[in-house]
Amino acid sequence: MNQKKSKLPMIITLALVAAVYVAVFVAEQMLPSTSMVFTVLKKGATYALVAVSMNLLNGFTGIFSLGQAGFMLVGAYVYGIFTIPVAQRASVYQYFDGGLVQFTVPVVVALVMAGLAAAFFAYLIGLPVLRLKSDYLAIATLGFAEIIRAIFQWNGLGPITNGSNMLRAFPNFNDFNIRDAEGNVTVYLSTLIPFLIAGVCILLIVLLINSSYGRALKAVRDDEVAAEAMGINLAHHKQLAFCISSFFAGVGGAMLAMYQTTVQAKSFTSAMTYEILLIVVIGGIGSVSGSVISSFLFVACSEWWLRFLDEKQMIGDFEVPLLRTGFRMVVFSVIIMIVVLFFRRGIMGDKELPDLLSRRLEKKGRAAK
Amino acid sequence: MSEKANGNEVLKLENITMQFGGVVAINNLSLQVNQGEIVALIGPNGAGKTTAFNCITGVYEPTNGIVYFHGKPIAVNHPQGKMKKAYGGENGSLYANRKPLVYTPDRITHMGIARTFQNIRLFKSQTAFENVLIATHLRCKSNFLTASFRLNMHEEKAMREKSMKLLEIVGLAEEANELATSLPYGKQRRLEIARALATDPTLLLLDEPAAGMNPQETDELGEFIVEIKNRFNLTVFMIEHHMNLVMDISDRIYVLDFGKQIAEGTPEEIQKNPVVIAAYLGVDEE
Repeated sequence: MNQKKSKLPMIITLALVAAVYVAVFVAEQMLPSTSMVFTVLKKGATYALVAVSMNLLNGFTGIFSLGQAGFMLVGAYVYGIFTIPVAQRASVYQYFDGGLVQFTVPVVVALVMAGLAAAFFAYLIGLPVLRLKSDYLAIATLGFAEIIRAIFQWNGLGPITNGSNMLRAFPNFNDFNIRDAEGNVTVYLSTLIPFLIAGVCILLIVLLINSSYGRALKAVRDDEVAAEAMGINLAHHKQLAFCISSFFAGVGGAMLAMYQTTVQAKSFTSAMTYEILLIVVIGGIGSVSGSVISSFLFVACSEWWLRFLDEKQMIGDFEVPLLRTGFRMVVFSVIIMIVVLFFRRGIMGDKELPDLLSRRLEKKGRAAK
Repeated sequence: MSEKANGNEVLKLENITMQFGGVVAINNLSLQVNQGEIVALIGPNGAGKTTAFNCITGVYEPTNGIVYFHGKPIAVNHPQGKMKKAYGGENGSLYANRKPLVYTPDRITHMGIARTFQNIRLFKSQTAFENVLIATHLRCKSNFLTASFRLNMHEEKAMREKSMKLLEIVGLAEEANELATSLPYGKQRRLEIARALATDPTLLLLDEPAAGMNPQETDELGEFIVEIKNRFNLTVFMIEHHMNLVMDISDRIYVLDFGKQIAEGTPEEIQKNPVVIAAYLGVDEE
C-alpha cells in the first residue's frame, strides 16, 4: 500500500520538540533568570500560538482576517479581570471603587474563559462579516478589532474593565516558579509553563487540521465552489474556523498579559496584528511549524539580536554611522522586504517539519542504494 | 401538473427560466430524467446547458419554475421585485402564488445530487486520495471536537477505506498520493468523478466529461460511465459535445439552443430531427 507513510520523520520531529522542552527546562535552571534568552522564549511562545491560530484562518481556511489583536485583547482582559487577587482589587480599580468582580478563578480556568470569550466575540462578528471575501473581510475584521479596543477603554465599563487604566497584579509567568519558605526560587518554571500552554494549544490546532474538518477547511481554501458542491457547508465551516482561531488568539492574549504583567487596551493596536501577519508570511502561509519557527526568529530579532542597532557603536576609534534609536526598525523593514521579494513562500512554504525530514530521508535512502 | 412522482422519475425541471439582468439564459425549460437512465443535454456553445446544471445544483436560483428531485421540490421561484417587470421568459405568472424555495449547493449534494465541473475543479493542494476523502466529509457524523481528538476512529477508517476503494474503481489507486493537479488530464476527469461518487449520490451530473479527450479516451470514458452507473445504481445526466459518446451511451437526449429546448428523443430520433440538424449538427463552418 503506497498510502502508508513512514512514521520515522514524525518520531524525529516529536523527539526534537521534546528535546527543546528539556533544553528550555535545563537552561532555566542554569542561566540567570534575567537573561535575554528567556524574554525571547516567553514572548516567542506567546506569538507562536497566536501566529498558528492566525495561520489556521489565513493559511488553512483561506479567510483573510485581521482581527487577531482584537481577540487577543478580549482574552487578555478576561484573564486579567478574573485572576487579580481580591486583596489587590481596591488598588487596581482605584477609580471604580474596587470594581464589580470580587472573586478569582484558577489560572487554567481563566485561560479557558479567555479563549471562550474571544470565541464568543468572534461568533457574533462572524455572523455578518464572513459573507465577505478577501480584502473586504480583512477590512471589516480590522474595523471590528478597533471597535473592541474602543469598547474596552470606555469608562462606562470601568467597574469591569478598569476603563483606560491598566490591569495589573494578576498572576504572571514568574508566579509559576516554585519557591521555598523564604521565597527563594527552587525550581524555575516561568519559561517552561508558557511553552507547555502554547504547545498544548498548537497540538490541538494540528489535530484539528489533520481531522476530517481540517480537510474540509483546506477544501474551502482551495476551491469554494467545488467544496460547496461536495456538500461542505461554507458558512458553517468558516464560522467554525473563525471561532476556533479566535479561541486560541484569546488564550494567546492571556499569555501576552502574563508576559507583560500588565494589560492596557491601547497596546492592542492593528500594528500587533501586522506583526503576527508578518510572522505567518515569513514562516510560510499554511505551515504550522513555519509559524512557530518564524515567531521565535521574529521576536529574537526585534527584542534582542537587532537591539545593538539602536545604540552608538564604536569599532576602535571609528563610530559606525547611522546607528541611533529607531534604526533597528529600518533594518527590520528591509529584512522583511527582502523576505517578501525573494522568499515569497516563506521559510517552510506550505510544508511541515516531518514533510521536509521525510524528503531528506528519501534522498539518503536513494543515495544508499 | 401534479407534484407526485410516478416513482420512476429522479429529476424533473418544470418551466425553468434563468434570467441574468436582461439576458434570458434559459427559457421555459422542462425536462425529466428517469431512474437508471443516461440522459444527455446537448446544444451549441452558449445554449445554456451549464446554466441548467447550476440551477439544479443550487449555484443559481432559477428566475422562474420548479426543480423536483425524487418528486420533492428542491428549487421553486417566480419573478419577484424588479424582475417582475424585466422578466423576458415565458410562463412568468404560473407560480406566482408558490412560496420560493432555495437550497444551498451543499444541501442539494446532501440530498444525493453530485456533479463534476466543465473546467476541472479539483482541490489543488491536495493529493488524489485527499480529494476523494474530502468528499466523504459530508456524511461524517462526528463533530469537530470528536474528530480532532480522534474519537471517530472507526468512521475515519471507513472514510479512508471507501476513498481508496473508489480510487481503485476509477483506476487511480497507483496515483493516490500524487498531487491532484499533477495528474494527466484524463485522469483528473476520472478523479473528479470519483470525488463526486464519494458523496453517495443517486443522480450524477457530468458537465462535459470528455472535454479535451482523444477518441480512444472518449470511448473508454463511455464504457466507464455505463459501468459506474450500473455498479452504483445511478442515474446520469450529462452535458457533452462528443456526439459519438452521446449517441453511444445515452437513452434519451435533450437539445438546447439559445436557452430553449428544440428537441427531445432517443439518439436515433435526434440524429434524424431536421430542427437539430439545422441548429446544431448541420452548421457548415466553411
